[in-house]
Amino acid sequence: MPTPRVRIQEADFDVGTELAALQGDRTDIGAVATFTGLVRGHTREDDISALTLEHYPGMTERAIEAMIVEAEGRFGVQAALVIHRVGRLLPGERIVLVAVAASHRREAFQGCEFLMDYLKTHAPFWKKETTPGGERWVDARVADDEASRRWGLASANAGSGQGTESGGG
Amino acid sequence: MKLTLKYFASLRETLGAGGPIDWTPDPEPTAAALRAWLRTQSDAHAQALAPGRAVRVAIDQALADESAPLRDGAEVAFFPPVTGG
Repeated sequence: MPTPRVRIQEADFDVGTELAALQGDRTDIGAVATFTGLVRGHTREDDISALTLEHYPGMTERAIEAMIVEAEGRFGVQAALVIHRVGRLLPGERIVLVAVAASHRREAFQGCEFLMDYLKTHAPFWKKETTPGGERWVDARVADDEASRRWGLASANAGSGQGTESGGG
Repeated sequence: MKLTLKYFASLRETLGAGGPIDWTPDPEPTAAALRAWLRTQSDAHAQALAPGRAVRVAIDQALADESAPLRDGAEVAFFPPVTGG
């Protein structure tokens, strides 16, 4: 059975292993672009000792699968993998991996950036930061909606007020 | 109509995870009307789902507009703006 190309998991992942599996024995792939999001240990205001991620099981996988299908249509993406971790993560840990394979670098870069911009504004994940002052939910950023709209995606995720955040892209 | 309600993140913390509900739409079966009805259920609901609060809705596991109609048996989720990645 093929490995699913969208995986939501608590466990860490190994980028090299995942890229080797993505390529398999194909020889038509000319480029693989990857993005790895990491937990930062501080925001502008606070030190962050942990990040806890929640998601909407079922919808998350469906939403990201639809994004990959869209990327295939737009950029000629040949293969893609999205791994997103949930649960409690510490500074320095990996949160998310997006890997996109295409014939040439431009399609791979674009597909990877498209998937990350789309994911940040449309995939149902929520981050909570642990700070010296207690826990707080991360606010969505208007800048992420603007990044999504560059691709022509309808995006009005963030509410009023600029957020801060301590992880990922 | 019978619906399955779900809350996530900060809404889940204040309102619980949700569950099955039986709702008589008034005036019409939209997510906005459901949200308005939920506000009448408790002070916590009134506050968490207040009109000015940034609350997103998904119907049957797809992001939706609040004006979208609901069908009997639908899964309706309310949650804050997403912050993954």
